Amino acid sequence: MTTRRASMLLALPAAVLGIAFFAWPMASIIATGIGADPGRVVDILGRGTTLSTVWFTLWQAAASTALTLLVGIPAAYAFARFRFPGRRLARIVVTIPFVLPTVVVAIAFLALMGPGGALGFDLAGTVWAILGAHVFFNLAVVIRTVGSLWSHLDPRLEEAAASLGATPWTVFRTITLPLLRPAIAAAAAIVFLFSFTSFGVVLLLGAPRLATIEVEIYRSAALVFDLPAAAILALIQVVGVTAGLLVYARYQERSGIGQHLLPAAATARRPVGRQRWLVGAAVGTALTIALVPIGMIMWRVLTAGGGLGLGSLRALGAVDPSVVDVPAAIGNSLRFAAVACALTVMVALPAAVVIASRRSPMGRWIDTLLMLPIGSSAVTLGFGFVVGLDAPVDLRAWWGLVPIAHTLIAMPFVVRSTVPVIRSIGPRVREAAAVLGAGPGRVWRTIDFPMLTPAAAGATALAFVISLGEFGATLFVARPGGKTMTLAIFGLFGRPGATNLSAAFALSLLLVVITGAVVALLERMRVPGVGNF
Amino acid sequence: MRRISLPLMALTLLIAACAGESESATVRLLTHDFFAVPDELLAEFTADTGIEVEIIRGGDAGIVVNQAILAAGNPVADVLFGVDTTLLSRAIDADLFEPYRSGAGARFIDQYDTAEGLVTPIDFGDVCLNYDTALLPNPPTSLEDLTAAQYRGMLVVPDPTISSPGLAFLLATIDRFGEDGPYTWRDYWADLRANDVQIVADWGAAYYGSFSATGTGSRPIVVSYASSPPAEVLFSDPPIDEATTAVIEDGCFRQVEYAGVLRGTPNREPARRLIDFMLGVEFQESVPTSMFVFPVNPAATLPDVFLDNTSVPSDPASLAPQVIERNRERWLTEWIDTVLR
Repeated sequence: MTTRRASMLLALPAAVLGIAFFAWPMASIIATGIGADPGRVVDILGRGTTLSTVWFTLWQAAASTALTLLVGIPAAYAFARFRFPGRRLARIVVTIPFVLPTVVVAIAFLALMGPGGALGFDLAGTVWAILGAHVFFNLAVVIRTVGSLWSHLDPRLEEAAASLGATPWTVFRTITLPLLRPAIAAAAAIVFLFSFTSFGVVLLLGAPRLATIEVEIYRSAALVFDLPAAAILALIQVVGVTAGLLVYARYQERSGIGQHLLPAAATARRPVGRQRWLVGAAVGTALTIALVPIGMIMWRVLTAGGGLGLGSLRALGAVDPSVVDVPAAIGNSLRFAAVACALTVMVALPAAVVIASRRSPMGRWIDTLLMLPIGSSAVTLGFGFVVGLDAPVDLRAWWGLVPIAHTLIAMPFVVRSTVPVIRSIGPRVREAAAVLGAGPGRVWRTIDFPMLTPAAAGATALAFVISLGEFGATLFVARPGGKTMTLAIFGLFGRPGATNLSAAFALSLLLVVITGAVVALLERMRVPGVGNF
Repeated sequence: MRRISLPLMALTLLIAACAGESESATVRLLTHDFFAVPDELLAEFTADTGIEVEIIRGGDAGIVVNQAILAAGNPVADVLFGVDTTLLSRAIDADLFEPYRSGAGARFIDQYDTAEGLVTPIDFGDVCLNYDTALLPNPPTSLEDLTAAQYRGMLVVPDPTISSPGLAFLLATIDRFGEDGPYTWRDYWADLRANDVQIVADWGAAYYGSFSATGTGSRPIVVSYASSPPAEVLFSDPPIDEATTAVIEDGCFRQVEYAGVLRGTPNREPARRLIDFMLGVEFQESVPTSMFVFPVNPAATLPDVFLDNTSVPSDPASLAPQVIERNRERWLTEWIDTVLR
């Protein structure tokens, strides 16, 4: 179906969006920054703080990734291989943190393990708080990415090895792990990228001593006004992330093992005996990590104004609209999210079709490059829009920049969740239809389209929640009109007064509720048998 | 030939349409995310002048000023609001503004540094130490007191390398203790460090985290604003009549916020009308409760809650914008060496 020409055409919208609203602005600002004072490149690269920042960024990202895998893989196993009561609800709960705005997460963690925090110890300013927040955030990536492949692995392979006398550990090491490797690598790559470019969490939880490259870029751009330094740091980040992604793409190309996948329902069973403890421990740990910070937000909402009650929901209604217009913010968020959804359908789905066609090697490279925006500096991109988008049409303060940025961030996840579905449509079904006399258009209409619709709907829902919770890229874009919910939360946390604080927590909880509802919908729309993220 | 010219024509039309739109009476105001104005006031402005206001926000004041500088001469908007004392010199050096002296402020704007008529002061705010009146019946009365054993472990300060009020407090100490002499600002901060000062990320982490009166922590002295105690009353839950926090008058730093007409604007007249409007009594009377700052127009009266719970500090520290711009990076590096290393 996908000739070379057709696949170029399908990839075109994604390429245009990526070049016009990511590569070009990013290149413009980096060139402007470095061009302002080229002599400083060596100076900035060589200074001690640059080296220590790069080092800290790398090792905390590696540690965050390792910890997330450590907690996530057992949970992925439990969710993939066992049926237990409340499984669907538990999957929803562990997914919510991923789409929460970083500012809300940082504030929940401060309330939990900051000065006078609920847990009774103060970890603010230490790497432990940062690692904790990163694990909380990214657990869903591992559980969903690894878990969905795991749920389709044929258990008979493992059973055969076991019956030949292999210990459970040997079975895992020699059979399961190699089969899971592509999914683990993909999850690790995403978690690493998110932790590598982490901003809000590190800014609030790491200060005053710990900073990632992204935090240093912000410091250079907003406080010290050293644009060349910001540009060089952003360049280090882009080069590092690109190099990492290319290595990852090569690795994925080599390590792919063709295998026979089974429907998830065929591999899941009830846990028996010791397995119950294992499932309980793995799922329990993941749920605890997800629920404690969310519970913290709930607790603050319920105890606002002294006693137990819903005072803070009242506070939300009572916020002076001239200070922060809460209903308008909710409206804006929903509108941006709707536009991001529409864009995703138009841009990411055609790209997913190209990536899914195994015949074109182009697919995997596009797939990899689509991940670049989530590993890039939001502060820098915001400046890039100002420098790069003034001609031929002045788009520098266009309202569309925010939903476009959201689409770029959502794209890798949307692609990842739809590609397996597209691949699962067997060519033989299409061929059969063709043999029976259906034209290409009719094949698409009667076979591909109905099978793709649930995946497309799921992808749209995913783009919706990612847009709803996005904070960093939204904050740094010059944007007309009102605030989004995440910016309103940020604004309320930045003002004195008990009702403002209560309203901030209440609005955070509202975001959790909306997100949870959409994730629940996403769960219902999961295609039985396949589906990645 | 026709194939090429058709899209070209469409593009030209589109550009013409966009350009035509900016000729109409719309003024674009570039500002930070803490800018707030009652909708009724904007509607009134539009009704009076026929000018629509489009507000463009882009992060905090530092980010927004830098966005404007990157577009200097070919501006994203017509008016920039939110350049404060610590940012002014940089904005002026980048040749961001065209001169405008508003008749609406003729009687009072000259008390402020207007960079020779390039910017117009709109409001001012004082970054001041706040204390918990319940925990601290005998609060410190001077910056020097904070190094006394009696106040050990009581102060929390937002990181001046990240936070704008944190930087303002650092500047207040530099203004007070100076760079040379037997006891410099560095000696003062070394003493604060020895007295167990806590540094946290930003204002929110200090005020809602470590501060005992409004946060979860146990430190009764925090760097905040002169307007924070009235805000605590105004936004209390359950309602209270008197704030549980108060301002320490010594060691305040005054920041003036300015607006200016961006150089290269196609909408000069509407831009000027917007600045006139921002100096008018109605807008000026809205700034205390919507942005927690004080009006520059002496004809604007403060709401009662401000009169009852705070006063405008009589003798705040302040440094010339040029001095701040020239030394900021060095001061921050020296501060890091003194307090964090």
